[in-house]
Amino acid sequence: MRLKALHILLIKVVIHLAALTPVLLTYWQAVNDQLGGDPVKAIIHFTGLGAVKLLLISLAITPLALRFKQGLLINVRRLLGLYAYFYAVLHLASYLIFELQFEWGLFIKEIIERPYITVGMAAFIILTSLALTSTKSIQRKLGQIWQKLHNWVYLAIILAVVHFYWSVKSGILEPAIYAGLTIILLSFRKQKLSLALKRRAKNKQKLKK
Amino acid sequence: MLIRSKSSNDLTENHVTDESVYKDRRQLLKKMGFVGAGALLAQSQSQAFSLFGDDDDEKAFEQRALKHTKSTIYTTDEKLTPEFKVTSHNNFYEFGTGKSDPSSNAQQFKVDPWTIKIEGLVEQPVELGYDDLFSAFDLEERIYRLRCVEAWSMVIPWIGFPLSKLLEKAKPLSSAKYVAFDTLYDPKQMPGQRSRFVGGGVQYPYVEGLTVEEAMNPLALMSVGLYGKTLPPQNGAPIRLVVPWKYGFKSIKSVVRIRLVSSEPPTTWKRLASNEYGFYANVNPAVSHPRWSQARERRITTGGLLDRNRIPTLPFNGYADQVAHLYRSLDLRKFY
Ligand code: HEM
Repeated sequence: MRLKALHILLIKVVIHLAALTPVLLTYWQAVNDQLGGDPVKAIIHFTGLGAVKLLLISLAITPLALRFKQGLLINVRRLLGLYAYFYAVLHLASYLIFELQFEWGLFIKEIIERPYITVGMAAFIILTSLALTSTKSIQRKLGQIWQKLHNWVYLAIILAVVHFYWSVKSGILEPAIYAGLTIILLSFRKQKLSLALKRRAKNKQKLKK
Repeated sequence: MLIRSKSSNDLTENHVTDESVYKDRRQLLKKMGFVGAGALLAQSQSQAFSLFGDDDDEKAFEQRALKHTKSTIYTTDEKLTPEFKVTSHNNFYEFGTGKSDPSSNAQQFKVDPWTIKIEGLVEQPVELGYDDLFSAFDLEERIYRLRCVEAWSMVIPWIGFPLSKLLEKAKPLSSAKYVAFDTLYDPKQMPGQRSRFVGGGVQYPYVEGLTVEEAMNPLALMSVGLYGKTLPPQNGAPIRLVVPWKYGFKSIKSVVRIRLVSSEPPTTWKRLASNEYGFYANVNPAVSHPRWSQARERRITTGGLLDRNRIPTLPFNGYADQVAHLYRSLDLRKFY
């Protein structure tokens, strides 16, 4: 069966529900002190993990669409990516508002001094630039450059997983699972990635000459 | 302030409601087959873990009331951390690395029979059985602040007796300079000791240590209870150390052996990452942990996400008057 526009619409409705319901439920519980001993940490973990999961799902779309010849499926990619960014925004905002309680000086210091926060911030900046350039009209305007820019999502997911791994005090099972999924999803882009890297190496050589 | 036992009971009931609401929600989601949402909701290893062995139906560990007096010296008028948070937000990697893992995985833990030995450089090795823990010494309630190295803190009414009394019973030799503590090693009961993945890659048994002077300080408490009752397993039943001027990981749980020794004993977190955790581990806002600034802490009491609970961290967790003299000749930046 080939997915039609109606199916895609339905999938999008499901994505909206599946992404928004947990946010509402979890924040509601956190505000009412029903999220365990430390609602602040629980919220930071929930939103951080949510962002990574959604990012991985969005990265799975292209390989799925190719494998099952479902061209229209590509249309849900943007929505998933934007929700990943939405979770990342909530993650950062919750850290700033509830964990640091607006201690801006410390926030700046943390970004500079703590490698896991530095890396998280780098991932966040990439995701921001992708979200800002995600509309159809900008995509058309940017043409070739758009694809190049959006290839940075591969770096963003790698940085996010590194950030995750470094944020854990000890024990690596959970980050390892996400690292594994990332490697699998990136391996579908092996050719593309190695081509890009080679091109870059060539450019460098040219510069040297 | 002394404990308002009424309000603490209210909180226990609250807990029951919270948990059932929480479980209802999960049940509902399960029924709706809301896999996507469910996957997003599984926030941590803890919950991923309980998917394998859903232990929701298991009976909770039974605590019993303890006869005790209330200390008038070791108390504080700070707001207490509600009992359900003290008993559901724990670091006890033997039962899993998630904060709620210990309370969900430790309920079947056997504490009776129990033996704790005091040995090593002593004149008179001592062995206490389960019942002795509650009868060998007068039990006293003390309200202490607990500051975790992860920059959160609680205020907890412990019940116990001074560590010094226990050590004096064994008559330490003058050659004894340090005190080494071991947690129970029982992989059958402690899933974290069976699997590296559950136990966070820690080498077990968990071990801790103090200098003899620290151990003899009147603040150092051997705790057998909290909130008027025996300890639940997730808080280190049946007997644990509480050293409130040090980061929480020094307060070793479920202790089976105390040895007096002549040189600094290995300690678990230092062994795992000596650049992050030292032997002394005194609460010190001036020395930042590679992953957390230690200048401030979030005090966990009542109130949810919107609670403004960020407070400055005090040197020695506010117990400088009692313990600062122990470290006069020590560079605390180097010996963190
Ligand atoms: C501005 C940047 C960011 C900051 C300041 C930040 C901050 C944090 C903090 C404080 C933690 C908790 C560490 C702890 O347990 O104490 C954390 C964990 C985490 N963050 Fe971020 N983060 C940032 C960006 C991101 C981004 C962009 C992602 C994903 C796309 C992400 C995903 C995660 C994940 C998965 C965790 C682990 C959650 C867990 O242990 O359950 N973070 N982050």
